Amino acid sequence: MKQDIILSGVGGQGILSIATVIGSAALQQGLHLKQAEVHGMSQRGGDVQSNLRLSSEVIYSDLIPRGGADLIVSLEPMEALRYLPYLSREGWIITNTTPLVNIPNYPDMDQVMAQLNELPHVVALDVDSVARDLGSPRAANMVLLGAMSAVLHILEPDALREGIRRIFARKGDAVVESNIKAFDAGFAYAQSKR
Amino acid sequence: MAEKNLLLGDEALALGALHAGLSGVYAYPGTPSTEITEYIQGHPLTRERKVHCTWSSNEKTAMEAALGMSFAGKRSLVCFKHVGLNVAADPFMGSAMTGAGGGLVIASCDDPSMHSSQNEQDSRFYGAFAMMPVFEPSSQQETYQMAREAFDYSEKRGIPVLMRLTTRMAHSRAVVESIDPIREQNPLHYPENPRQWVTLPVNARVRNRQLIKDYAAFEEDAVHSSFNFLEDGPDRSLGIVACGIAYNYLMENYPDGCPYPVLKVSQYPFPRELARDLSGMVKTILVLEEGQPLVEQQLKGVFPTGITVRGRLDGSVNRDGELTPDAVRAALGLPALPVHPASEVVAPRPPALCMGCGHRDFFTALNNVLKDYDGAKVFGDIGCYTLGWMPPFQALDTCVEMGASVTMAQGSAYSGTWPAIAVIGDSTFTHSGMTGLLDAVNTNADIVVCISDNLTTGMTGGQDSAGTGRLEAICEGLGVPREHIRTIVPLPKNYPDMEQVIREEIEYHGVSVVISRRECIQTLKRHASKK
Repeated sequence: MKQDIILSGVGGQGILSIATVIGSAALQQGLHLKQAEVHGMSQRGGDVQSNLRLSSEVIYSDLIPRGGADLIVSLEPMEALRYLPYLSREGWIITNTTPLVNIPNYPDMDQVMAQLNELPHVVALDVDSVARDLGSPRAANMVLLGAMSAVLHILEPDALREGIRRIFARKGDAVVESNIKAFDAGFAYAQSKR
Repeated sequence: MAEKNLLLGDEALALGALHAGLSGVYAYPGTPSTEITEYIQGHPLTRERKVHCTWSSNEKTAMEAALGMSFAGKRSLVCFKHVGLNVAADPFMGSAMTGAGGGLVIASCDDPSMHSSQNEQDSRFYGAFAMMPVFEPSSQQETYQMAREAFDYSEKRGIPVLMRLTTRMAHSRAVVESIDPIREQNPLHYPENPRQWVTLPVNARVRNRQLIKDYAAFEEDAVHSSFNFLEDGPDRSLGIVACGIAYNYLMENYPDGCPYPVLKVSQYPFPRELARDLSGMVKTILVLEEGQPLVEQQLKGVFPTGITVRGRLDGSVNRDGELTPDAVRAALGLPALPVHPASEVVAPRPPALCMGCGHRDFFTALNNVLKDYDGAKVFGDIGCYTLGWMPPFQALDTCVEMGASVTMAQGSAYSGTWPAIAVIGDSTFTHSGMTGLLDAVNTNADIVVCISDNLTTGMTGGQDSAGTGRLEAICEGLGVPREHIRTIVPLPKNYPDMEQVIREEIEYHGVSVVISRRECIQTLKRHASKK
């Protein structure tokens, strides 16, 4: 079994925190993993992406071919669309709906949402307000991870919860629990939309 | 104890070096190499063994210090990005002539497609240029193993080893299993061939002849290296040479095994004997290599007529930019996967200076002043502030390489440009701007050097900057008059003061330095959250 994921967002949003949890879970489960990251100049408020590949078999390429991604997981709605040519025809988009507008020519949001909604497999949710409603605005990324786990078959949700516990353990029980709650909220939302 | 970790290629190299008994890493930050040194700095073994890991002022000083450690018999590692090797080229070439005492490994990280660089030069050419072996791993696990072996090889053959990573290897994570045992560090031990370390012509001529002989032995080693292998395939309509990471993109396209004979190459000098074996099997050879067509060019001269060599030079593979599984797929004649069309709604989102960054306030004040000077030219440099070229600032006329702002401003000023303004960051200034400033003092050049000092090496993520707290003293020591070393604090409320200072120094016809100092907003946040 193999799943290829493109994580996307804007520099500074923290897409790598999602990758870190998945990586920890995959390592624990004995899966093969490759995860290409973006460092350096593009991190300064520009578009960023990470290619994350999980498989029970050996993985060769660090990059996902065009048309090969099973999922696009995005912290920003326009950034989800940027990588459309990489999504397989049957692939899923899991995206935040809150736009991050730091450019003067950001497109009309109705157009962005209309294009997302035209696609067959999309889960779109406002992870920022879900996290805020839970009282932990900094856990928005974990809401997205939870939503993603509803279509990520290669790792069980419990393996990801364990990953969250390991990664956040040194920050204390309260932080761990608020991140788990955020994860569960995202998971429940995506389950109801599938 | 052997353990499994999820590591970047950079980190795998670092761990391999530590496990090989490293005594010191010498480096200047540069994407995509920075994480090698940072990993070593954070590793418990570094503290336990007192491994040197302080950042160097530039790549040349790093290379020289590491060579000194090798002279003393200890194992040392040098790290920088590909263009850093240009800065270190003099001691790098020299190190092939001295040879290595303790194992000496130079990690140069190339950036094809220029994700964060000004060119896509291929470090493997430097290996051939210096007659030095080059290791180019194809996976994170191989990176760890090759780093360990590179030190042994360096000592066995008495030559530094150049390790080449590219962005996708440096910045991609995979599971890496470490190997026991962790080797002890070397004791102090001086070279048995002391003449070789004094490169006077009388010694260098002797050494050069030896190096030419040794280079043939390095190639023989590459033929028998376990990192290089020739694998036959049932379909002999094509043969493939896959170098480093290109091997992965090839295999990605054949999950059940490649049907063609494949020569995988990760250790150079290029093993020509293996290529001749391959040429005996096929009539057409496709060369897949990340970066510039080094191997393809070499192969065109190796074979008799009747063998076609395909690659980047004949357009089978993209001539510039990095390899991708898709580019390799097309070169193999395989059909593309079905895709969704690209979205027409998406707008480009270029990188920009952070909100609240001091460079922003400096550029705002500078632009306000220069509105009154039609002939003004601004010579930029390498760092976050290079983004000042982009809207809304559009404040720079040039950017070439580290330190060029200070010196290009002088040449242009002498030619009649006025005012000639150099804009350089604090870390870039101590890297390569100081010597240029001395030239300016010696010729009393009519320039204003603006040091936009954010107290760190910002673009690469906030590493220590070599001159922090001493910039005024350095400039004064180089001979800039004390009254023309001015310090300003870049904040909106200070615009009138900042503009007045810049204006006064433009009107002074000699060398002035304006230091615009406020801490990087990113390191400020980090320091605040630590408290």
